[in-house]
Amino acid sequence: MGYRLETGGRLIDRATEISFRFNGQTLTGHAGDTLASALLANGRTLVGRSFKYHRPRGILASGAEEPNALMGVGTGNRFEPNQRATTTELFPGLESQSQNHWPSLETDIGSLNAALAGVAPVFSAGFYYKTFLAPRVAWKHVFEPVIRQAAGLGKAPSEPDPDTYEHFHAHTDVLIIGGGVAGITATRQAAEAGADVLLIEQTAHFGGRALVEEETLIDGLPAPEWTAREIAALEAMPNVTLRSRVMGAGLYDHGYALLYERVSDHKPGQPGVPRHRLWRVRTKQIVVATGAIERPLTVANNDLPGVMLASAVRDYVRLWGVCPGNKVVISANNDDAYRTALALHGAGAEVRAVVDVRRAVTGPLADQVRALQIPVLEGHGIAKIKGGKQVEAVEVARLTEAGGIGGAGNKLSCDCVALSGGWSPVVHLYSHCGGKLRWDDEALMFRPAPERGGPIGADGGVSTRCGGASNGHLGTAACLADAARAGGVAAAAAGFVAPAMDLPSVEEAEEAPIEAHWFTPSRDALAHGTKHFVDFQNDVTAADVRLAAREGYESVEHTKRYTTLGMATDQGKTSNIAGLALLAEALGKQIPEVGTTTFRPPYTPISMGAIAGSAKGPLFKAIRQTPMHGWHAENGADFEPVGDWFRPFCYLRPGEDRHAAVTREVLNTRNRVGILDASTLGKIAVTGPDAPKFLDRIYTNTMSTLKVGRCRYGLMCTENGFLFDDGVVVRTGPESYLCHTTSGGADRVAAHLEEWLQTEWWDLNVYTANVTDQWAQIAVAGPEARAILTAAGTDIDLSAEALPFMSYLEGQIAGVPVRLFRISFSGEMAFEIATPAGHGMALWQALLDAGEPLGVMPYGTEALHIMRAEKGFIMIGDETDGTVTPQDLGLHWAVSKKKDDFLGKRAQERIDLTRPDRKQLVGLLTDNPQVVLPDGAHAVAETREAGKPMVTIGHVTSTYMSPTLGHSIAMALIEGGAQRMGESLKFPMEDGTILRATVVDPVFYDKEGARNV
Amino acid sequence: MSDPVSALMGERVEPRSGLVCSDVSQRGQITLKADLEIEAVRAAINEVVGVVCPDPRGAVFSEDNRGAVWMAGDELLLFVPRGEVASVTADLTERLADLHAMVLDVSDARAILRLTGSDAAETLAKGTPVDLRDAAFPIGLARRTHLAGLAVGIWRRDADVWEVVCFRSYAHHLFAWVAQVGQSGAEVQHAPLSAKA
Repeated sequence: MGYRLETGGRLIDRATEISFRFNGQTLTGHAGDTLASALLANGRTLVGRSFKYHRPRGILASGAEEPNALMGVGTGNRFEPNQRATTTELFPGLESQSQNHWPSLETDIGSLNAALAGVAPVFSAGFYYKTFLAPRVAWKHVFEPVIRQAAGLGKAPSEPDPDTYEHFHAHTDVLIIGGGVAGITATRQAAEAGADVLLIEQTAHFGGRALVEEETLIDGLPAPEWTAREIAALEAMPNVTLRSRVMGAGLYDHGYALLYERVSDHKPGQPGVPRHRLWRVRTKQIVVATGAIERPLTVANNDLPGVMLASAVRDYVRLWGVCPGNKVVISANNDDAYRTALALHGAGAEVRAVVDVRRAVTGPLADQVRALQIPVLEGHGIAKIKGGKQVEAVEVARLTEAGGIGGAGNKLSCDCVALSGGWSPVVHLYSHCGGKLRWDDEALMFRPAPERGGPIGADGGVSTRCGGASNGHLGTAACLADAARAGGVAAAAAGFVAPAMDLPSVEEAEEAPIEAHWFTPSRDALAHGTKHFVDFQNDVTAADVRLAAREGYESVEHTKRYTTLGMATDQGKTSNIAGLALLAEALGKQIPEVGTTTFRPPYTPISMGAIAGSAKGPLFKAIRQTPMHGWHAENGADFEPVGDWFRPFCYLRPGEDRHAAVTREVLNTRNRVGILDASTLGKIAVTGPDAPKFLDRIYTNTMSTLKVGRCRYGLMCTENGFLFDDGVVVRTGPESYLCHTTSGGADRVAAHLEEWLQTEWWDLNVYTANVTDQWAQIAVAGPEARAILTAAGTDIDLSAEALPFMSYLEGQIAGVPVRLFRISFSGEMAFEIATPAGHGMALWQALLDAGEPLGVMPYGTEALHIMRAEKGFIMIGDETDGTVTPQDLGLHWAVSKKKDDFLGKRAQERIDLTRPDRKQLVGLLTDNPQVVLPDGAHAVAETREAGKPMVTIGHVTSTYMSPTLGHSIAMALIEGGAQRMGESLKFPMEDGTILRATVVDPVFYDKEGARNV
Repeated sequence: MSDPVSALMGERVEPRSGLVCSDVSQRGQITLKADLEIEAVRAAINEVVGVVCPDPRGAVFSEDNRGAVWMAGDELLLFVPRGEVASVTADLTERLADLHAMVLDVSDARAILRLTGSDAAETLAKGTPVDLRDAAFPIGLARRTHLAGLAVGIWRRDADVWEVVCFRSYAHHLFAWVAQVGQSGAEVQHAPLSAKA
C-alpha cells in the first residue's frame, strides 16, 4: 500500500495541500501531484476494473503509457471518461471516478467472468467473432446483452461541453518533440546553428527521466540540476521556443505535425481560456526525442493492484515523494531495475528481493544493491503473484534451461511488485510519417532504421529523425551524443551550419546486457498463461495470443484484431512487444518475421474538441448572409440552408405554420405582389473580346447573338452532356456579360469557367469575376409589380415597349442605383432588381413601404419553388442529379443545333443519351387531387405484394400542393415519359398502399403565358 | 440617395485589451484584371490610382489610404476613396480600352477587417496556415489564403496592423470568429509571432 514519504518529491509543493475526490471520498494531495501519485499517497491501490473480466486493477505506470488507471474526471458537463490518472494533474476540487465497476469498485459482479475464465475462458481470443457462429437467437438474447453490460471503456458524457477549443498554426525550422535530455541536447545543437527551434514536452516539466536519475552526473551535475541549467540557457535564446503540456500527437508527410496542448486541464473553467489547443505545425525538420517506455514482465497474475513498472515505482518515490509499497519485490531481466531497488532503499522501503531471470548478474548496479543486503535471486522468476484486490505475496522459483520451473517455490510476502522487462523506444511518431524500424536482437527493441529510408520532406530529403532513447540509445552518454547528432543534422538539413558540439561529460553506471524473457512459467492452472496478462487494457493474456497462433493467425496485424492486443486508448504501449514475442514464439518464428503493427496518430487520445477547434456552435460553419438577412430574422423568417447561405423558407406570421405561410405567400404573389430576396443568386461577370465565343462554348445555347441589353436563359452542361447549372445571361455590353447561376452553384461555376479558360482555352481573351456579393437582388412578382416600382419612384420607363420581357435597363429606384431585369421565375409579371449590396436593405425597405397599399408581402424559397413548379420550370438539384441532360427535361429549345461545339455537345450525341426510353420529365396529377406524392416516390412497371422487388421506371423530382390550382402537382423523371402522356402510373408506398397519378404536361399553370405581360 | 452600408456597419470589437478588430469596408474597391507586365497598365495604375503597381504578393498603400493589392498574376484589388470609384473606374476603363482588361466596381462585394495590436498575428495564426513570422510576412506582403475556414486575402499594413478581406456575405462569421479566438484568456504568447517587424 502506498504512502507519502516524509521527504523528497521533486515535483510537489508540500506547503500546498489540495483536496480532491475519488469515488465520492474526499482525499488530499499536494500541488504538483498527478491524480495517480495522489491516489497512491492516500493508499489507494485498487483504482479500476478491467475491460472484459472486471479484474481489480491498480496503477501500472507513471506516464502516458498507463493502461489501467483510466478515470472518469469531472462532473456534469465537464465529465470526461478514460482520463489516465498518471497524466491528470491534480487541481483543487478534482472529481474522479473509477470505471467499469458494477455495482462498486470493491464488489464487482462482473468479475465472475474472471472466475469462470479460470475454468473455461469466457472472453478468450476471438470470442466476439465466435459469437457470430452461434445461433442468431443466442447473439440477440445472450451474447449482446452480456457483452454490452460487461465491456466498454467508461461512460460517454451526457451534456454539451461548455469549454472552448482552438487551433494554432505555427511555423519553425526545427521541431523537437520531447523535453528530456535528448530533446534538450538536440535543441541546443540546432539552435546554436541559428535555426528557429520549437521544443515541446508533453508533461508540465522538462527533463523527462533525468528528473529521476539523480545518480547520473552530466557535466559533473546531477542530471536534474543539469537539466534545469540547460533549460534556463535555452529559454534565454531568442530563436528557441519551449512549450510544456504539449504532446506530439501526429507526424505527417513533409514536416507537418499535429501537437496537442492541454492548456487548462490542470486549471479548468477559467473564463476565456481554451481547454485544449491543437497546434498545426509546418516545419523544415523534426527531431523525435520521445524517449522509451518500460515493459512489464509476463508473469502469472501480473495485473493485480500493486504490480507496477519498476521505473514507475522509482518515479513515484523521487518525483512525487510517494512510496508505492512498504515491502517490494522487483523482478527484471535487465540492470535498470536495480536503480529502483536503490531508490526504494533510499526512501526507507524494504526491498524483499530482486528476482532476476539472468543466471549470472554482474555489474556495478547489482553490486550496489547487494551491498545494501538486498537479496539478488539470479536465474529466478516470479511463478505467481498472490493476492485478492491487492498484491500480498509472490512465489519465486528457479527457472530451468527448458523454460520451466525447477524445485519448490519460495514465498515472499510483499505489497508491491516492480516489474521490468526492458525498454521500448517510443518510435510511434517516427512511424506515423513513414519511418521504418528494425528489430535489435541484442537490445531487444524495435528501433528506427533510417538506413531503410527516412520520412521524406517537401524537398525530397529526410525530414524526420529520432535522437536519444527513441533512437535506441538508452544510456545517458550515448543518448546525449545521438541527440546532439540528430539536432545538428536537422539544423544542417534546414539550411544552417551546426557548430561542433562539445558533448558534456557523463558519469553513469555501466549496465550489463538485457536477456530475452517473454513469459515467466507457472504451475498448475496458471501454467497455460490465462492469467499472464500481456495487454492490461484489453485483458489479453499470453494464452489468448497462443490460441490465436493455434487458430492460424500468423500476421501480427490479424492477431491484433482477433485478440484486441494493442487496441483501445493506450494502443499497446506497454504490451505490443511482449505480444509480438509470444506470437513469434508460438509460431516458431523470429520477431522480425512476425513484424510490428502500424502506429497511427494520435500518440495518445486527443479530445474531439481539440480536433473541432473553434468550429463549434455559431462558428461551426460559416453562414452567408445577404444584406437583408437581419430583416428576415426579425420578421419571422424560417430559414433553410441553400449552399452556404441561409434563406427564408417562408415568413411565419403569428399563428401560422409553414404550410399556411407558404400558401399565403404564393396566393399573395399570384393575386397581388410579392418580393423575394434573390441576392444569393450567383453572378459572374465575363468580359473580353472573346467573351461571346467563350460563352457559346460554355452554354448549350447561343450567347454571341444576344443583343446588348437583352437576357437569355442558358444551360451549362458538363463534358459528359449532363446539365449542371442554369440561369439568366445578360449582355451588359458588346464584350461583357453577366451570368446568373444557381444560389448554391456560384463558386462551382466560377471555378468551371476559370478551369476552361486557364487550362484549355488560354488563347481566349476573357476575364471572369465572381461578383455575387457585390449585388443585392430583389425579385418583384405579381400583377402589381409595375405599380410597386412606380410607387417606389424610378427614372426607368417600365412599359413593355421600353423594357420588354427578357431585357434590362439601368437607372434608379427609390433613389438607389439599380439594374432592372424584366425576367420571371414565377410566371407572373415580374422584375429582378439588382443594386450594390450596400443599398440592398434600403431598397428592400423602400419596396415594402411603397408596396404596402398594394398588399406586398415578402415570400420565401418554398413559395418560389411552388410557383416555378406550377409553371413547369426545372430546378437544378431537384430535376437534375448529374445524370440528366437538357433533352431529358424537354429543354431541346435551349440546346443549339447550329453551333459547331459546346461543352456536352459530343456527349449528347452518344447512343445512351439519345435513346428514346431515357427517363424524361413529365408532369403528374394524382387521382386524388388532395394527395401529394412523396418526394422521390418511385413509379413501378407492375405492382407486386409489399416486400417483393418491383421494377421501377422513374421517380418524383418535385411535388407540392399547389395553392394556386387547389390540387397537388408533381414532376417526375419517367422512362420514355414523353411517350406516356395520359398514362396512369403506380407509386407503391411503404405502408403497402398504391398511389396512382396520370402523366401530363409539366406546365400546370398559364400555359399561354398570359400573366407575364 | 442613401449612403451604402457595409455588412458590419463599421462594427468594432476589442476582445482583449490592445487587440482591436474593426470593420473598414467603406473604401472604394475596384477589381482590375489585366496583364500586369504591360507598361501601360502599370502606368495607368500609378497615374489613376496614385500608387505603384505592386510586385507579386505585394500590397502598396499611399499615405491617404489609396492602395493596390496583388491578388493574382493578372489581378489587382485597388482601393480609392469611395467617392472616386466611378471616376477611377471610368478613367482606367478608358486608358485600358485598347488592351484586354476588366475594370469592375466591387466596393460592395467584400468586407475588410483590420486587426491591430501586438497579438494580431497570433490571433490570425489561430485560423490561417500562412507563415506570419516577420521574415516570412513582412510589412507590405499580401497573401490569398484561408482564415477561419473562409477564402481571404491578408496583408500587413504595419508591424501590428493587418487587414483581412473576405466576401461580404461571410463578414459576420469572420468578425464573430475573431471576437471568440481573440478573447482574453486565449493568449498563446507564441514568441515567434510577437517579435516586431
